[in-house]
This record gives sequence, C-alpha cells and structure tokens, in this order.
Amino acid sequence: MEAISPWVLFFAAIFTGNILLTYFLGMCSFLSVSKQIKTASGLGLAVIFVLTITSAVNHIVYYNILQPLELEYLRFIVFIIVIAATVQFLEMFIERFSEVLYLNLGIFLPLITVNCAILGVSLFMVIRNYTFIQSVFFGAGSGVGWFIAIMAMAGIREKLNNKRIPPQLQGPGIALIITGIMAMAFVGFSGIVQIQ
Amino acid sequence: MINTILITILVVAAINGLLAIILIIAEYYFSNYGECTIDINQGKKKLTVTGGATLLQSLNSQKIFLPSACGGRGTCGYCKCTIEEGGGPLLPTEEPMLTKDEIADNIRLSCQVKVKQDLLISIPEELFNIKEFTAEVNAISDLTYDIKLITLKLKNPKEIEFTPGQYIQLQSKPYENVKSSVSRAYSIASPRTSKENIDLMIRLVPEGICTTWVHQYLKENDQVMFTGPMGDFRLHEGEGEMIMVAGGSGMAPMVSLLAEIHEKKIQRKVTYFFGAKTKDDLFYMDKMEEFQKLLPDFTFIPVLSEPKPDSDWKGKTGLVTVPLEQYLKSIETDAVQAYLCGSPGMINACVKLFKNQGVSGDRIFFDPFA
Repeated sequence: MEAISPWVLFFAAIFTGNILLTYFLGMCSFLSVSKQIKTASGLGLAVIFVLTITSAVNHIVYYNILQPLELEYLRFIVFIIVIAATVQFLEMFIERFSEVLYLNLGIFLPLITVNCAILGVSLFMVIRNYTFIQSVFFGAGSGVGWFIAIMAMAGIREKLNNKRIPPQLQGPGIALIITGIMAMAFVGFSGIVQIQ
Repeated sequence: MINTILITILVVAAINGLLAIILIIAEYYFSNYGECTIDINQGKKKLTVTGGATLLQSLNSQKIFLPSACGGRGTCGYCKCTIEEGGGPLLPTEEPMLTKDEIADNIRLSCQVKVKQDLLISIPEELFNIKEFTAEVNAISDLTYDIKLITLKLKNPKEIEFTPGQYIQLQSKPYENVKSSVSRAYSIASPRTSKENIDLMIRLVPEGICTTWVHQYLKENDQVMFTGPMGDFRLHEGEGEMIMVAGGSGMAPMVSLLAEIHEKKIQRKVTYFFGAKTKDDLFYMDKMEEFQKLLPDFTFIPVLSEPKPDSDWKGKTGLVTVPLEQYLKSIETDAVQAYLCGSPGMINACVKLFKNQGVSGDRIFFDPFA
C-alpha cells in the first residue's frame, strides 16, 4: 500500500469511492439534515473536520495500542469511544477559542458522533493497511466527498421545495431516489482508479 | 484464555479512563471562564459570577429573577433582556424567538447566552422587585373536578407587593419518575390587599409535570418555593368599557382585577365573558354574583360550549367568541379595552375578533402562557 500517493487517495475518496454515494455510509444524517444548504454545509464541514482528526487519532490508537497487544478485534468498540471523546473535546475546544467556528459547525458536532461514515473511514483505513499520512488524506478526502454529496442533495431538495411530488414519495422517499441517481453518476467514475 | 479476557478488560478500561481524564481536564481548562462581572442597567447593580453558566442561571444564583416559563430551554421567549456588550453573536437557538426589531436592539434570550466575559446588560427596572419566596400551603380545595384553589401563606419574605394581573412562578418538587424540578407560571387570584396569603388556581394538565405534582402530591402544610411577581398584565387607565374574556383557570387574574376595580372605586362599565365546557366547569359563581352587587356596572356572562342535553342551562351556549362577537357588534368599540386570559387558542381567536370589531392591538391586554 506504500505505493499509492496520499493525493491519489484523497481524490479517489471524493470521486471514485465516495463514502456516501458508493458505500452508503452516513445516510441517516444525510437524509435528515439535507433540507437546507445552510445547515447542510455546516454539517458537511463538521464531518470533514472530524473525519480528518479521528482517522489520525484512531490510526495512532490502533497501531500503538491495539496491535502490539494483539487486540485488533477490539477496534470497533475502541474506535467508537475514541470518536465520541474526540468530538466532545473538539466541541469544548471550539466553543472556547472560536465563536465563529462554533456557530457554524460546533452545534453540529454532537450530531455526528454516531455518524457511521466516521467509524467506516477508521475501519477502511485499518483493513486497507494505510500509513498515517495516507489515513489522514483518506479521512479528509472522504469528508470532502460527504460534504459534496450533502451539498448537492440540499441544493436539489431546496429546488424541489415547491414542486409537486407524489405524496407517497415526499421527504425521505424522493431523497433516496435522488441519492440513487447521484450514486449511479459517481459509480461511473470508479473505473478511473481502484483503491481497494 | 483468561489472560486474554483480563487484558481486554484492562485495555478497554484504561482507554476509557484515559479519555475520561482528558475530557475532565479539558472541561476544567476550556469551560472555565474565570470571574465575570455583569453590569446591570448602567451600574445600577454589579454582580460577580463564575463564568461558563448561562446568563439566566447566573442571574438566578444572584437572586435576580428574569421570567422564564420553560425552564431555560429556549422555547417560551420570556427571559429576553438587552445585552449591550459581551453577549457574542446571535445563536441559532435564539433566532426563532426574536423579531427583526428585537435583534436590531440587541435583545437576546438570557437562557441561551453563556457568560464568558464581562457583560453589560439592561433589564426592566421592576425585575429587581422579583424575589424568591418560601411559603407554606395553607389550604387546597377543589374548584371543579380539574381545577384546584391553592392558598399559600408566605414565610420568607413574609409579604408580597404585586399589581393585580401579575403572576408568580411556582417550583415543583421531584416526584416518582420526575427527577428534576420545573417552574411554571400561575396568575395570582387574590387581591392586592392580601399581602401575606396568595391564591392560585391550577388546572390539571394531562401529563403536565407541575400540575400533576400540585394535584396529586402537594399536601397542606407543605413548603413550596416560588419567584415573582412578574408580568405586564394589569388594569390600564381609560374611560371606555372593560371587556374581560377568560376560560378555565384564566379566572384567576380576573378575580384579582375585579377586586382592584372595587378597591380603587373605578366607575367604568365591566363585562366579563367566561368560557367553560359544561356546568361542571363553572366555579366562583357566588363570587361573581357578589361582584355584580359590589361594582357599579358589572355583568358576568358564563358561556358553555358543550352543555349536557339534560341540564337546565338557560345561559349562553357555544364557544365564548360567539356571544362575544354579538356583544361587540351591539356596542361602540372606540374606547373598549380587552383583558384576556386563557388557552393560546382562545386568546388568538379573541384577539382576531376584537381587532375585526375595531379594538386596536394597544387596547388588548393578555399574558400568553403556553
């Protein structure tokens, strides 16, 4: 795995292996917070931020604590705990030091503690044996990919606001269909680079 | 095998413990804002508090009580105050409760603003009069099947000064599954002259935390705490007729207002529409009769919305707005003042009706509890 450049991983995580549109991770907050561009961008930025930091922290925890002790099977529970603690820490930190950042992104932080995209990225990084630098780039790229996906979705849903949608499909129904179509478009990229 | 289990437990516990310690230390450093000074009304009062809590909590701890009916969750919008300096930017949680003009005037919800630095705020002068009272329950009696009359004897301080129409906030105590105490607003039903005892009328709200406590757990001789008096609902100067509209426990402030009208020997015409469902929901009929004799020109009109078919009800029927509309159409409304107390639905319907009949908004008075 040493061979792949971090930058390739970064862009691959955005386009060919989009965490949301190819792996369908982080769907719940994607569906529920994509009604307005303003809130979607706040949540998307928070995801980029947290993904980058937690993939770095989890990389350190996995290779320095779990692997030497042969406790790899604990990674699910440990990753979740580390993510939760990191998010809490970041929330306090941001509230103290940057009011602007707290208003735009801090209030979304508690929402994404349990976002499965965050855990998914940490697990992928272990399964695919990424180095530390690769992991950070992969985490940031996945975050940007998720951000782009939710922004596109919010834009489309804002346009749909006053359109006539069959009542059975209103809300999550139409959102899932749109996600499916977007996913098909993104899967079209997947021939360019294979990062598995 | 046993080793693996032990190591697993140890490692998970160690990681958890380490993270917990980091978070505790972080909280100590990051959420510690040191001593902050709150300057109220240009130096009228200066408070020194430990930063980190909300402004509402900090003021409460210093015995300054802003009204708050929701208990600091940002849903009632009562705890508004002007923050001239140090409040930071407007939070998304405040936005829905504030109008554009209020935002321009630096009005904020004190339950959402955290004290992180020295603050310069202003609050209405009369809020300095709001005190915390300890009282003893003197009597509890049933007014109807779901409304109780609670008489509180004040212990500390021993007397309360209030304007009829104002309300207090009763603090419920934890019971059964309800672990926290909540504050809810209730109008004072007793007259201004009764300074040592106050009456409250409390209707049982299904699932209501405070009303369930009052109805099922509160006993005579119990100690209770409340803060008050609060609210702008009061008698206003004027020449024209006063029309009161109330429903259920909305009777409370009206009784106090009627006593005030008698006390002050106000000679204006007063008409009081009281809405109820059935005859069982009517109460204080004798008291109203008494007021009809005491006051120079007072008419009490009870209105039943669902009188039982077998009852011998001869009065008005329908929603309270029906006879009210007929009445308003039959009089000159140029100088009429409206005094309302009841459910938000009733108040909204009445405000609309009064406005349609030529009573402008500045002559319609009510306290919107929800």
